[in-house]
Amino acid sequence: MGNTIAEKILSNHCGRDVKAGDIAVCDVDFCFGQDGTSSIVIDSFKKLGAKQAFDKNKFCMVIDHSAPSPNIGVSEIHKKMRLFAKEFGLGLYDIGCGVCHQIVPQYGHVTCGDLVLGADSHTCTYGAINVFSTGAGSTDIAVTLASGKNWFKVPETIKIIVKGKLPVGVYSKDIILHIAKDIGSNGATYKSVEFYGEAITALSVDARLTISNMAVEIGAKVGMMEADNKVLKWVAGRSKRAPNPVHADPGARYIAVKEYDVSKLSPQIAKPHAVDNVSDVEELIDKKIDQAFLGTCTNGRFEDLEIAAKILKRNKVAPGVKFVIAPASREIFLEASKKGLIDIFIEAGCIVVGPGCGPCVGTHNGVLADGEVAISTANRNFKGRMGNPNSFIYLASPATVAASAIKGRIADPREYKKRLL
Amino acid sequence: MKKVTRSKGHKVISKKKKPEIAEEIKIPALAQHFARRLKVQDNINTDYVISGRYKFRIQDPKELCKHIFEDIDPEFAQRVKKGDILVAGENFGCGSSREQAPQSLKTAGFYAVAAKSFARIFYRNAFNIGLMLVECNTGFIDDGDTIELNIEKGKLKDVSKGLVFDIKPIPFVMKKLLEDGGVVEHLKKYGGFKFDEQV
Repeated sequence: MGNTIAEKILSNHCGRDVKAGDIAVCDVDFCFGQDGTSSIVIDSFKKLGAKQAFDKNKFCMVIDHSAPSPNIGVSEIHKKMRLFAKEFGLGLYDIGCGVCHQIVPQYGHVTCGDLVLGADSHTCTYGAINVFSTGAGSTDIAVTLASGKNWFKVPETIKIIVKGKLPVGVYSKDIILHIAKDIGSNGATYKSVEFYGEAITALSVDARLTISNMAVEIGAKVGMMEADNKVLKWVAGRSKRAPNPVHADPGARYIAVKEYDVSKLSPQIAKPHAVDNVSDVEELIDKKIDQAFLGTCTNGRFEDLEIAAKILKRNKVAPGVKFVIAPASREIFLEASKKGLIDIFIEAGCIVVGPGCGPCVGTHNGVLADGEVAISTANRNFKGRMGNPNSFIYLASPATVAASAIKGRIADPREYKKRLL
Repeated sequence: MKKVTRSKGHKVISKKKKPEIAEEIKIPALAQHFARRLKVQDNINTDYVISGRYKFRIQDPKELCKHIFEDIDPEFAQRVKKGDILVAGENFGCGSSREQAPQSLKTAGFYAVAAKSFARIFYRNAFNIGLMLVECNTGFIDDGDTIELNIEKGKLKDVSKGLVFDIKPIPFVMKKLLEDGGVVEHLKKYGGFKFDEQV
């Protein structure tokens, strides 16, 4: 009997052949924390009595969730992180560098076949580049920082095959929202998901990252994809380490196989207050919005900004609508600037804030007022997520968000078909 | 749905297989607890347990825990007493990896959380910091019911209703972490993962 990607990567990291259900103590290739979780990483690391990091090159911290700091409490956390990095000689990406899930792969900290832990639930993002990466708590990261290891339960795997050619104006975000609707927010709890099919391989690496990013929104531990030539090319320019692409064996055991055909898929929108509460855009046309947000670890990459810019060019954000844009990293910001996208955004009436998580976690940069409605490219629309429990968040692709910002109401990006071809 | 059995004295009708690992786990059992049931039952995410508004601002767990469940049940935190058991439905703890979520529940005084199922990061975090989670059918438990937990026998008893529920066996690794007082204490005690050789 063959092995799944999860079984193979975990086997490679624990030195024996493990199967779904086994517990394995594994060597971890990289781990990290962000400013919402690192404070406890530091406390737990000190409680462990560790004198130094197991390997300084296998860890970093990223200040992204509230960057720059909006209040004294957060400033103290940032200071604590800077002091800790200095004391133990550890890597720190300070304010302005970008979102951890962009930074970690972009700077080549991870490569195909790696085992990675992050103190952030969206660490599953790098499954798109064939990394077994999963979110964990701060103490788990402290344990790995000190020992280089952690324990894993080898997950069972669900195979998802996405067939068909995506229509113009419909994107990877729509695919994953559609899957979330079908599978539900706990449909893949504890499981590894492997994504296959021509609709996946046709996507750019940027677009694939969006899908793996949201694997956790269906409860999954990881959202794995195979390393094809696009992925190998992507990591080659970034990581210094040789990739070790891992494919599932023929005859690997899947607990479920799901097939989707996206050739007729409409743009998808998750309605308040759950990610699996998804409708076709047609059902929500003309729903009034107060704010739009483009950015986050889900959809803040260059390609996302480019799609929005195509729609926003020579258009204006509707009067009364606030459109906040946060590029996912400094490099993306710079590239967008060089290619004229930032000019398009500003001319359209958007506000471009520094690279980081922006208003997604509700700490700053666009907290909603009571009763306000936002449409966002983020991955979560939980009640209160954007800082106010009395507000409403809709999740959609960058194209749908940009089209809606122009109208001031939820709009169908396929109206801009010619621009998006 | 799991089988619900009425208790007759100390006997429980449903016969349960002996847990595979029969090692004695020193967890206090049969103390009585009060159930604290949330109004919302399923898919309670960690943003709801403790909002991002507070977790980025407040570092003191004793201050932070005053805000648990504020966005979905504003008065809930005030009703929690030390030793209570939090009762929830499916997929408890989904979403953000914030360890402040189980930590706030522990600091608030919860002895354990009983739910139909848990999201995986929360599950791991809770045992890492020494907060017990039990998976069982919680559908019949009302707020304020008196609860007895018997981990060794794998039973949760709703004393107020005279109902006994089977608990899904707690994995050996989790029991071990709980027994040692969390993963930090476990590692300090053994200098590594002790369950290494046994798995």
